[in-house]
Amino acid sequence: MRTTNPIASLLGSSPFKPMKAHMRIVNECVKEVPALFDALIAGDANALKEQKDIIFAKEYEADDIKHEIKAHLPKSLFMPVDRRDLLDLLEVQDSIANTAQDIAGMMITRDMSVPDGMEEPLAAFVQRCVETCNAAAIIIQELDELIESGFRGREASKVSEMVGKLNKLEDETDEMGIALTRSLFAMEDDLKPVSVMFWYQLLQWIGGLADNAEKVGNRMSLLIAR
Amino acid sequence: MEIITEWGLVFIGMAVIFGLYMSWGIGANDVANAMGMPVGSGAVTVKQAIIIAAIFEFAGAFIAGGSVTDTIRKGIIDPSSIAGSPELLVFGMLAALLAAGIWLMFASSRGWPVSTTHTIVGALIGFAIAGIGFDAVNWGKIGTILASWAISPLIGGVIALLLMLSIRKLILNTENPFQKAKTWGPVYIFLVGWLVSLITLFRGIEHLKLEFSAVESVVVATIFGLIVAFVGKLLINRVEIDDDADMDYHYASVEKAFTPMMIFTACAMAFAHGSNDVANGIGPMAAVLSVVQSGGDVAQTAGLPVWVLALGGGGIILGLVTMGYRVMQTIGTRITELTPTRGYCATLAAATTVVLASKTGFPVSTTQVAVGAIMGVGLARGVGAIDLRVVANIVISWIITLPAGGFLAAALFFLFMAIFS
Repeated sequence: MRTTNPIASLLGSSPFKPMKAHMRIVNECVKEVPALFDALIAGDANALKEQKDIIFAKEYEADDIKHEIKAHLPKSLFMPVDRRDLLDLLEVQDSIANTAQDIAGMMITRDMSVPDGMEEPLAAFVQRCVETCNAAAIIIQELDELIESGFRGREASKVSEMVGKLNKLEDETDEMGIALTRSLFAMEDDLKPVSVMFWYQLLQWIGGLADNAEKVGNRMSLLIAR
Repeated sequence: MEIITEWGLVFIGMAVIFGLYMSWGIGANDVANAMGMPVGSGAVTVKQAIIIAAIFEFAGAFIAGGSVTDTIRKGIIDPSSIAGSPELLVFGMLAALLAAGIWLMFASSRGWPVSTTHTIVGALIGFAIAGIGFDAVNWGKIGTILASWAISPLIGGVIALLLMLSIRKLILNTENPFQKAKTWGPVYIFLVGWLVSLITLFRGIEHLKLEFSAVESVVVATIFGLIVAFVGKLLINRVEIDDDADMDYHYASVEKAFTPMMIFTACAMAFAHGSNDVANGIGPMAAVLSVVQSGGDVAQTAGLPVWVLALGGGGIILGLVTMGYRVMQTIGTRITELTPTRGYCATLAAATTVVLASKTGFPVSTTQVAVGAIMGVGLARGVGAIDLRVVANIVISWIITLPAGGFLAAALFFLFMAIFS
C-alpha cells in the first residue's frame, strides 16, 4: 500500500531552510575574499589562482541552491511572507556571491600589484566588508525564529536591531572606501592609467559586497514590516 | 422476511467480517494520518505512538464512538421507506461496507488522500438511491453532514490559530521563553485533558450508564484535567535548558519543554480519531445486526451493543499493528516542519474539533480537520509553507470518493440481491 500523507505533503516544501543554506554558502564564499588580497599583496600568483577557484566553486554552489529554491517554489504555496519579497531577498543574497566572483575574476584577469601604501587600508576595507556580509548572514539565520514568532514581537525587534547594526557597518565601509579612493586619486599620476581604472572598479566592487549585504538586511526588514 | 430468518447467521457473519475489514483498513491507514503529527514533531517515537494509538483509539471508539455510529447506521437512510423489505437494508449495509473497504484499498494503492468517512457516506447514499429510491435518503441529514465537512476544518483552523497566538503572547514573546514555557506548560496540558473530557462527558455516555449534568461534567473534566496537568508538570520539570541548542535556534529549549505536551495531545488525537472513525466500520455492521436480531425490524430502536464498539476498536488496533506502523514510520520522517509547539496547536485543535463532532454525531474526516488545523497555524504565519495544491487535492478526492463509493456499493447491492433472493 502506497500512502500519501496529506499532512506530510501539506508541509512539503518550506523555502526557508534552503534560504538559510544559500546564505551560509554565500557567506563562506565571501570569507575567501581576504585571502585573495593576501595573495595579491604577497605577490603569490599560485595562491591567487587557487583562491579564485575556491570562490568560483562556492558561487556555483550558491547558484545551485538558488535555482533549487526557485524550482521548488510553486505558485500554490501559502507562505508567511510574500513570495515576491522572498525571491527578491534570494536575488540580493545571491548578488553578494556574484560580486565576490567578479572581484576574484578581475584579479586574475590582469596582472596587478597593490599601489604603495594602500596595502594596509585595503586589507582593512576588505575585512570590514566581509564582516558586513557576515552580519547579514547571521540575520538570515534568524528566519526560523521569525517564523516561530510569526514575524512579530521580540524576535522581530531583535532582527530590526541587527539590521540597524548591519547598516552602521555598511556606513563604515563606505567611509573606508572613500578614503581609499582619495588616496588612489592622489597617486593617479604615478600609476598606469589602466591600473587606476582597474583599482577604481575593484574598490567599487569590494564596497559592493557590503552594499548588497545591507540590502539583505533591508529586505529582511520588509518581511517583518508586512 | 424469510430471507432474514433463513440467512440471518450468514448475514451477521458477513457483517462482522466486512466490518472488521473496514476497521482494519482504518487502522492500517487512517490512524497513521492522525498520529503523524506527534510522530513528525519528534515528540513520540513510532513505537510509543502505536501503544498510545492502541489504547486511546480503543477508548475513543468505546467511550465516545456511539453517536457517530448511530448517524451512520440509521441517520442517513430513512427506515420507513423500506419497512416492508428489511433484507434491502441488510444487503445495502453489507454492500456499503465492502464497497468502502475496496475503494479505500484502491485509493490507498494509488496514493489518493481519501477519507474513510467520505467513502462510507458515499457508499450508503449510493446503495440507497440505486436500490431503494431517491427518497430513501435522509437528505436533510446529508446536508448537515456535508456542511460539517466544510465547517469542521474551519473550526480546527480557528482553534489552532488562537492556540498559536496564545503561545506567542505568553511564551515566545517574553524575556525568558523557556521559564514561561515551564510555567504555562501544565496549563496547556490541562487544556488538553479538560477540553477533551468535557466534550466527551457533556451529554453523558449512554451505553456506559454514565449520566452527568452540565455542572457535574465541568467538575469531573476539571479534576481529570488537573490530574493530567500534574503528570505533565512532572514531565516538564525534568526538561532542562539546553544552551548549546539555543545558540543555534533560540527556541530550542522551549520546543523541548513542549515535547512532553505532545504526548498528551497524541493521546487526545487517538481518542478523537477512535471516537469518530470507528463508526465507519461498525455503523453498517450494527445496522445489519439490529435488523437480523429483531427478525426484520428496520426501525433499529435497540441500542448499540457494546461488544460491537469493542469489535470496531479491536479491528482498528489490528490494522495499526499489522500495517499502520509502517505507514507511521514513513510519515514520521517526513513531517519535520512540525515543531512541538506547532504540533501541539494543530493536534489539540484537531482533536477537540473531532471529539466535538463525534459527540454531536457528525462523521467528519479526521485528516481534513488536521489539515485545517495546520492551515490555522499557517495563518498565524507559524509554518514555512503550506502547499495549497494538497488542499485542492483533498477537495477533489472527496468529490470523486462520494460517487465512486456510491456506484461500487450499488453494484455490490445488486450482486447480493442476485445471490440471496
